[in-house]
Amino acid sequence: MNKDRPDRTPESEERRAVLGKMASATFAGLMLSGVLARAQDAAPQKTPIPARPFKGSSDANQDVLIRMQGELERAMQKPINERRWGMVIDMRKCTGCASCTVGCVMENKLPPGVVYRPVIDEEKGTYPNVTRTFLPRPCMQCETPACTPVCPVGATWKGADGIVVIDYDVCIGCRYCITACPYQARTFDFGQHWTDNAAKGEDGALALKSARAYQDPPNFEYGKEWKRREGIIPKSPVGNTRKCTFCAHRLKVGMLPMCVSTCVGRATFFGDLNDPKALVSELAGMANATQLKPEAGTHPNVYYLV
Amino acid sequence: MKQYAKIIWALWIILALVGGYGLIERLVTGHQLATYSSYVPWGMWVAAYIFFVGLSSGSFLLASLYYVFKITRLERIARLSLFTAGVTIIMALVTVGLDLGRMEKAVSVFYRPHFTSLITWEVWLYTAYLILVIMALKYAVRKKLKKLDPQVTKDDDQRLKRLMTYGIPLVIAFTGAGGALFGTISARAAWHTSLYPVIFIVGALLSGVALMTFMAWAFCDNHDESWHELLQFLGKLVLGLICIELILEWAEFSIPLWYGVGSEAELVKFVLFGPFWYVFWLVRILLGAVLPLYLLMGKKDAKSIGIASFLVAVTYFAVRLNLVIPAQVTPELRGLEHAYLDPIGNHLSFHYLPSFFEWQVLMGVVALGMALFYFGQRYLSLMQTLNNREVSR
Repeated sequence: MNKDRPDRTPESEERRAVLGKMASATFAGLMLSGVLARAQDAAPQKTPIPARPFKGSSDANQDVLIRMQGELERAMQKPINERRWGMVIDMRKCTGCASCTVGCVMENKLPPGVVYRPVIDEEKGTYPNVTRTFLPRPCMQCETPACTPVCPVGATWKGADGIVVIDYDVCIGCRYCITACPYQARTFDFGQHWTDNAAKGEDGALALKSARAYQDPPNFEYGKEWKRREGIIPKSPVGNTRKCTFCAHRLKVGMLPMCVSTCVGRATFFGDLNDPKALVSELAGMANATQLKPEAGTHPNVYYLV
Repeated sequence: MKQYAKIIWALWIILALVGGYGLIERLVTGHQLATYSSYVPWGMWVAAYIFFVGLSSGSFLLASLYYVFKITRLERIARLSLFTAGVTIIMALVTVGLDLGRMEKAVSVFYRPHFTSLITWEVWLYTAYLILVIMALKYAVRKKLKKLDPQVTKDDDQRLKRLMTYGIPLVIAFTGAGGALFGTISARAAWHTSLYPVIFIVGALLSGVALMTFMAWAFCDNHDESWHELLQFLGKLVLGLICIELILEWAEFSIPLWYGVGSEAELVKFVLFGPFWYVFWLVRILLGAVLPLYLLMGKKDAKSIGIASFLVAVTYFAVRLNLVIPAQVTPELRGLEHAYLDPIGNHLSFHYLPSFFEWQVLMGVVALGMALFYFGQRYLSLMQTLNNREVSR
């Protein structure tokens, strides 16, 4: 920046300073959400559970995150093929804040056009009898996934722990799996960046600098470092299909999926469905637990409490 | 046709320039300029790919009527049909190759195939087919290009017949599998029908035979008696195939629509009365069926047959578009279309209209096909056979 520029007025200086602080605060805040998940483990916040104490819980007022964290650690002690990761989403408690979506985007460094966990916001009824429902939609990690057998190169499969994964190094980007998923839970990485066509004008450079601080670092899906790049021969995961993995890379190091950690309403539960004492097993067995599109025959491992 | 040579050259230059630029853009920017999305993942290029495959299958099967079943009135068109089969399958493979997110990895279908996938089967069958067509062309052409020993010619004929005989089940297999590729996807109600393999085979025959009929009319200067006989025969074939195709299409559309209830009925209504209604009613029905039927059943002269066949062959692309696109434009989960948006490229949208870039790439593929045809007629004496200007064996 040239400080001798004639168009530089005290007002523009001030505006730049404010914008700079805002941008830094925004991205610091976004980054912080990832840090908070870990901090919560260390210093849990006591949040009373509004519905009722869960069976088998030693402390009815224990934060569900603490309980799930313990269950996760227990499950990780078992051989991988004895685990069956599952998720339960309480639609009655979901406030539609989309912090799970944002947390997921942050954690996996999702570019524009790629989303693992959108929240479907639906308005029902007619005035004055109107209600809104929120349906977060991660990958269902189906028992019999429709997306895996269609892959022409075997780049996607169901892992021993029940998570459906994609090998970015193998995927050819034919998008057949996207057409096959009845939940439309797979998206294609078109190679876009958040800074494409963005932040032009006087303060563009500053905004771009801040944005790139978020955009450019690699993501660590599948426990591997991925630095996206467009080009004649793109770098994965550009040109690949992408999907939710229940944050498999976090599970490996004993951390709950990002969407579970960031859920402000404690509406997303995660754990080992093979563990009868796990919170998710209790919840998935409740009378009001249901699955999306059971008629699709894919047997999802995500349940909704309605 | 010679009087149109300049127009064809001019058209080719435009296609090559515009399309060539599109191909470069495709290599440099990947898929960013395309308007298909994660919710409509297969766009116009996939429709074009199955269209070209259909043209290839149909023209191959027409050629086999002469080489295997010895329907001698097709002799003039047989070699050109075989060559067309080769060109259009190359066009299909190039188009679908450009549609891949990672073109450079496409070869992995050979060294790490996953045979539960119909795409794997398709790639393997196309490869076998392409090799077969190249070998068949070699035997069909070389005796016309240079004088061979009579025994070699006889051996070539036998090999050619054998290859074409193997080719028939191969073509039926990959054409039907093309239908199954869509039909097996239970997540998409509009695709999930057992009719598709049959529709694909009939559609391939119709579009391929129509293309060859048009070429027999357009590229032949020697309008002798046998040429008129050839066109009359091909005209009847096209007429019959249009009727069979319409019956199948009636079955495909009327069954989900009959009671008007269910998601499939909504999809059919989208095709018939949605924002792209004209693709079905004007392009497919009027230009692709009603007008050709009128021409083929009316005067029955060479010009009518030629124009009718051209209309059928070209407008069949609309059938392919209507097969691929509408099945994807409805969210599988209501409200998903508003749940999360892509502000940069709008690649999380259920609305699809091909971008100019997509048309550009398609133009490039067509220009490539035209160039291959040029080299074929220049070096493989395809037109001499069509014009009956060579000494028969």
